[in-house]
Amino acid sequence: MIHVESLTKYYDDFCAVDQISFDIHRGEILGLLGPNGAGKTTTLRMLTGYIAPTAGDIRVKDYSIEEDMLDIKKLIGYLPESAPIYNDMIVYDYLQYVARIRGIGKEEWNDRIRHLADICGLNDIMHKVVDELSKGLKQRVGLAHAMMNDPEILILDEPTSGLDPNQIVEIRQIIKKIGQEKTVVLSTHILSEVEATCDRIIIIDRGKIVADDTTAAIKQSAGEKQFVSLSLLDAEFKDVEEALKGIDGIIKIDKVDSDDEGVVAVKVTVRSDADPRGEIYRTIKQTDWVLVEFHRETRTLETIFRELTKEY
Amino acid sequence: MRQAIHIFKKEFGAYFLSPIAYIVIALFLLVTGWFFFAGFFIYNRADLRNFFNLLPIVFSFVIPAITMRLYSEELHAGSYEILLTMPVTYFDVIAGKFLAAVAFVGVMLVPTLAYPITVSLIGDLDWGPVIGGYIGGILLAAAYSAIGIFASSLTRNQIIAFMMGMSICFVLTMINKMLFFFPQTILSVIGYLSADNHFQNIAKGILDTRDLLYFLSVVFIGLYATHIVMQEKR
Repeated sequence: MIHVESLTKYYDDFCAVDQISFDIHRGEILGLLGPNGAGKTTTLRMLTGYIAPTAGDIRVKDYSIEEDMLDIKKLIGYLPESAPIYNDMIVYDYLQYVARIRGIGKEEWNDRIRHLADICGLNDIMHKVVDELSKGLKQRVGLAHAMMNDPEILILDEPTSGLDPNQIVEIRQIIKKIGQEKTVVLSTHILSEVEATCDRIIIIDRGKIVADDTTAAIKQSAGEKQFVSLSLLDAEFKDVEEALKGIDGIIKIDKVDSDDEGVVAVKVTVRSDADPRGEIYRTIKQTDWVLVEFHRETRTLETIFRELTKEY
Repeated sequence: MRQAIHIFKKEFGAYFLSPIAYIVIALFLLVTGWFFFAGFFIYNRADLRNFFNLLPIVFSFVIPAITMRLYSEELHAGSYEILLTMPVTYFDVIAGKFLAAVAFVGVMLVPTLAYPITVSLIGDLDWGPVIGGYIGGILLAAAYSAIGIFASSLTRNQIIAFMMGMSICFVLTMINKMLFFFPQTILSVIGYLSADNHFQNIAKGILDTRDLLYFLSVVFIGLYATHIVMQEKR
């Protein structure tokens, strides 16, 4: 659907995006993940044609951004960061204006606007001035704006930034619903967001792609180690270490600070191909320690993200 | 071109959403009305020369105030990004905004028709120069609007846009009164640059292609410069 090849953008001397290449397929929800200033917004702005790349090429379907920008713009619905909508307009007037520019005929306006109002939950605010809306409501108007012409590709820049948790869940549901039929590209620096919504993740850092895979694959690329956490009552760390030491697959046993009094918290480092949980349990059962907590820690997206984007 | 019309409608409507439009119109009518009628009975002549003499200088203040928001506001609020990622060309955006500004000046001029009507009731008014004056007024408004739009596209600060637009318009208006500063050899060139000269020619009721060409050139240069600025922003 979208083919990006060695896309580069320089702002004067500063290289915001450095030779990135990727493909976006039809019907995919792609999350562009990265720390602040990694080049997410710049990449999206180039995809939408708002700014021109310094080098590289973007092809949307068979259109090239050099020659057929107008055709590409017709395919794309775009919601910029923090939804900068004309402040002095009434929501309905604004949507009507967008419908006109998007070339939607007079007969279809009302149906289309009503439909979008239902999807985005705008029915109560149709006749309010944009200026009076809360950030979340404005974001929803922006979403309606982006979906006006039923675009094949929806590009959303930080769609949930600045929203409260309820609004975030709502917007995510909307995005997921759209993503069933459309191609969605969204950028964020919130990890739980991509985890909750995206099929595929591209992590960029300082203008370069550091990871590009499906959400599940990225989470599974756990590396060689995994961890098991234990919390025990009536035990001494030394004894625990002694008892567990001999179990196959355990690499290291560490004491962890615990908030609860009398509880010994232990972090066991385990080889990734082994699962010694049964053995650990049987060992502990033979003592009079009370096991209050016992779980395996899979590597979260957060740890992966931090490893990939940490400062050197 | 259809897109340009949609943008025109939106921008033209936006003028009347804020009180600034009404304030500008009221101020314009107050100033022109005051100066026109203050001298009218002293001169005791049934013409509008007084009004049209004043128009360029008033326009050089009022029109940059009308055009200052066209780009600066969008750049400041970020809606410029939304506008440009919709299926519109630069030409659509520029044409829409330009026509909205000129149309607004047109609306502003309509109440001043009360002056010639009043004069024609109490004296024998020659309508030729009056019609010329209004045609010239619209041409002048188009030229100054193009300059104001260019100034607005340069900055996200409306006040700076106003100051820049006003400076350029003011110089174009007053330059024919400053001719004694310039050496003899370039006098005719400087004189040609003066918007006031060309406007007064038309306001006498003489439609000359040279004057027409002058205003169209200023419009073209202003809007083309805006196009370059927009392209530079990518």
